[in-house]
Amino acid sequence: MSLFKAEGISVRFGGIRAVDSVSFDVQPGEVFSIIGPNGAGKTTIFNLISRIYNSTEGKLFFDGQDITRTPPHRIAGLGIARTFQNIELFANASLLQNLLIGRHCHAATGVLAQMGFLPSARRDELRHREKAEDVIAFLGLERYRDTLIANLPYGVRKVVELGRALCTEPKLLLLDEPSSGLNVEETEGMGFWIEDIKKDLGITVIMVEHDMSLVNQVSDRVMALNYGKVLSMGSPRDVQSDPEVIRAYLGGEVEA
Amino acid sequence: MRYVFRTNYRQDLAVWRHRGDVFWYGLLLLLTLAIPMLMGEFYVGELGGVFIFAIAGVGLMLLVGYTGLISLGHAAFLGIGAYTNSVLLSKGVPFLITLPIAGLFTALCGAAIGRPTLRMSGLYLAIATLAFGSIVGTIFQKWTSVTGGFDGFAVPTPYVFGIPLDNATGIYYTSLVVLIFVVWLSANMLRTPVGRAMVAIRDSEISAQSMGIHLARYKTLAFAISAGMTGLAGALFAHYVRYLAPDAFDVLLSVQFVTIVFVGGLGSIRGAILGALFVRLLPQFIAIIRDDLPFGIGRMPGLEPSLFGLILVLVILFQPGGIDGLWLKAKHWFQAYPLKRASGGRRQKSYARSERLR
Amino acid sequence: MEDAARLLQLVVNGAAAGCIYGLIALGFVLIYKATEMVNFAQGDIMMLGGFLAFSLIAHWGLNYWVGALLAIVITAAFGYALDAVVLRRVIGQPQFAVVMLTLGLGFIFRAGAGITWGYDSVGFATPFTNKTVNLGGLVLGQDNVSIIVGTVILCGVLFTFFSKTRVGVAMQAASQNQLAAYYMGIPVRNIFSLIWAISAGVAAVAGILLSPVSMIDVNMGFLGIKAFAAAVIGGFGSIPGSLIGGVIVGIVEQLAGYYLPAGFQEVTSNVVLLAMLILRPQGLFAERMGKRV
Repeated sequence: MSLFKAEGISVRFGGIRAVDSVSFDVQPGEVFSIIGPNGAGKTTIFNLISRIYNSTEGKLFFDGQDITRTPPHRIAGLGIARTFQNIELFANASLLQNLLIGRHCHAATGVLAQMGFLPSARRDELRHREKAEDVIAFLGLERYRDTLIANLPYGVRKVVELGRALCTEPKLLLLDEPSSGLNVEETEGMGFWIEDIKKDLGITVIMVEHDMSLVNQVSDRVMALNYGKVLSMGSPRDVQSDPEVIRAYLGGEVEA
Repeated sequence: MRYVFRTNYRQDLAVWRHRGDVFWYGLLLLLTLAIPMLMGEFYVGELGGVFIFAIAGVGLMLLVGYTGLISLGHAAFLGIGAYTNSVLLSKGVPFLITLPIAGLFTALCGAAIGRPTLRMSGLYLAIATLAFGSIVGTIFQKWTSVTGGFDGFAVPTPYVFGIPLDNATGIYYTSLVVLIFVVWLSANMLRTPVGRAMVAIRDSEISAQSMGIHLARYKTLAFAISAGMTGLAGALFAHYVRYLAPDAFDVLLSVQFVTIVFVGGLGSIRGAILGALFVRLLPQFIAIIRDDLPFGIGRMPGLEPSLFGLILVLVILFQPGGIDGLWLKAKHWFQAYPLKRASGGRRQKSYARSERLR
Repeated sequence: MEDAARLLQLVVNGAAAGCIYGLIALGFVLIYKATEMVNFAQGDIMMLGGFLAFSLIAHWGLNYWVGALLAIVITAAFGYALDAVVLRRVIGQPQFAVVMLTLGLGFIFRAGAGITWGYDSVGFATPFTNKTVNLGGLVLGQDNVSIIVGTVILCGVLFTFFSKTRVGVAMQAASQNQLAAYYMGIPVRNIFSLIWAISAGVAAVAGILLSPVSMIDVNMGFLGIKAFAAAVIGGFGSIPGSLIGGVIVGIVEQLAGYYLPAGFQEVTSNVVLLAMLILRPQGLFAERMGKRV
């Protein structure tokens, strides 16, 4: 059974169809990449999955559950975490606090218990710290533990955002352009993190990416989009040699 | 420079970072406890007023400094707390019950105003709370059967365990206890998911939401808690002024509260208390030096508010960290002496982040 | 018949007051559209404009028109300097820091005016004071009519300025996209200061038009709070919207003052404002937008 499934989802902004009846499914343990030129609707698909946008048509299923109309703050609790294209970290909080916010959907005590710092809240808090420290160790972020995000270099922030997503203990991880803004080495490092996440943590990944070397390095399957429509889907090699995809990137006429 | 070596997760959870903190704050507590024995009635009364404003300041700090929501209507919450407490008290309800009820009822009012204003960001929220404050002010004036209207009414003397709190010392200790309670609540919130959710909303709503934070719920909660604390302050304020009149709770008071928060230093509970100390003691200081000022400035009518305005402007322009930031800078400088970091005191360059939705 | 006449009278009075709100709101909107700042001291700048006109006309004995024009120009220059010296520094700080900054400036202006002109209400003779105009049996005060006519003329001037002159078009461009405007060689910083100047000038016009109806005093800046209602009704981004919003607030306020018990008139604008923010926060004339990630 597939872990995630989109059935003919579409979204319209005014007269523009940003996503036009896109269907795909993602198997457990897979790294699924979405590629396409700028404005193809890749990030829009992410925003549909994390329910920031409402789809005009179609259905979304996660883990056998219909999430087409689930409120956005419930998505993390179901086991879907995401990162953002331009980094949306909590800039005036420390790295550790950022990771702890990632634990929010696992908070097991009520507000009053927390305000009184009852023993249950203390126990819960220790559990969260432990998990956050695990993630810090996994990603090797120890030296930045108490640094404010605003004082961190861009490359590190990218990793922190990944770590924050891991703190939610997701089954499905949505990575929006994990390599954007990174240099070649950092991109390679990101590729290794993604492979580790898949192999060691067993987390399924959907990734929007422009860097083809990263896509080839980690992806099991690739979907190419243009103008909100699916152009091609399959192994990275097949998709990249698909004439439709080449035309979408390079332009030119259809060879009939 | 002190480095804290953590060997246990529990250490991270503690409010105190190390033994030095415990020592200095313990000393501060002893000193505050001893003040009524060391100082005259007048100063004890003034410090009681500082504590009351600090309670409201901590409440507003949670909203402005931690959740990133502004309120220009907190005077209304102070008023709601003050009137709730005093009206109940005059009906014969004991003070130890009216005080928490004043807090809870004001928290409810806070939730009621917080709820519809959820979708508003900085500017709209400022305007909406400003309007709310002035509507509530008008209600205080016109609802004469309850509030006594412009004539106001005398606040009955509260009794705690049979002891009348009719002097400055009584108000001083009661306010101190409530202030410590409020700070304790805030410190707990800030080390648990509630407080972190608030910080998350302040820094990025969109990613807070995808981390599972229910924006509406936490914004309403922040408003309610902030209003509730201000309501507690209001109940004490009623006994501080002893005679309630509606014109005490006007826009200027709301602006004073926000001044506490800004001058104290956004995003710091200690800042809220320092801010209250500053804002409450400045008028006293002016009163003392009034006659020595040149050119008759001292007798100028609008001196106080304009000075507040000037200080607010200067703080925002040149010291966005407020008094707390100044304190941290000084501490760092002394700890690192004679080493100096060239960038130590310099502000981080910040770029415009559009709050206009695009 | 008498009822209808009274109603009409109320509507005209309300429209006149509303024009003042609208003019202040227009100042908010101009600045907000360009810089995303809101000037909480706009009402106090209006007060400064009014006092300046008072000094020039009543004290120095200048002709009404010359004095008014001079007061507008001086206030506009003051607005330019305000942006160039103070507000430029806070670009990039959170919006509520700007709110607090302008609130603080408002206090300083009030104190400055208090020192210079004292705390009593003052007024000066205008060509419209205590004169009436007879419109088909309906007797209206020239003061109210002059406000409405003045507002309409000012709007015409602003409209022509923004659509026909180079600077005006540059301002529109800079308001829509700072970066693009900057790349096109528009001196965005100076343009923003000019926008502050225009908005201060408009505030001065409001203060001068208002002077025959109500006296000038230090606290007249609190009218600015009512103007927020006008700006919000207009969606905080639309110039005609803010004027229409102002007129709506003015008329509703007059009617509430007449038909509802005492005390309601003062809160009308606030109630309208809150209701508007809760029910239709995007205003009557703007479209809703969402943030992109």
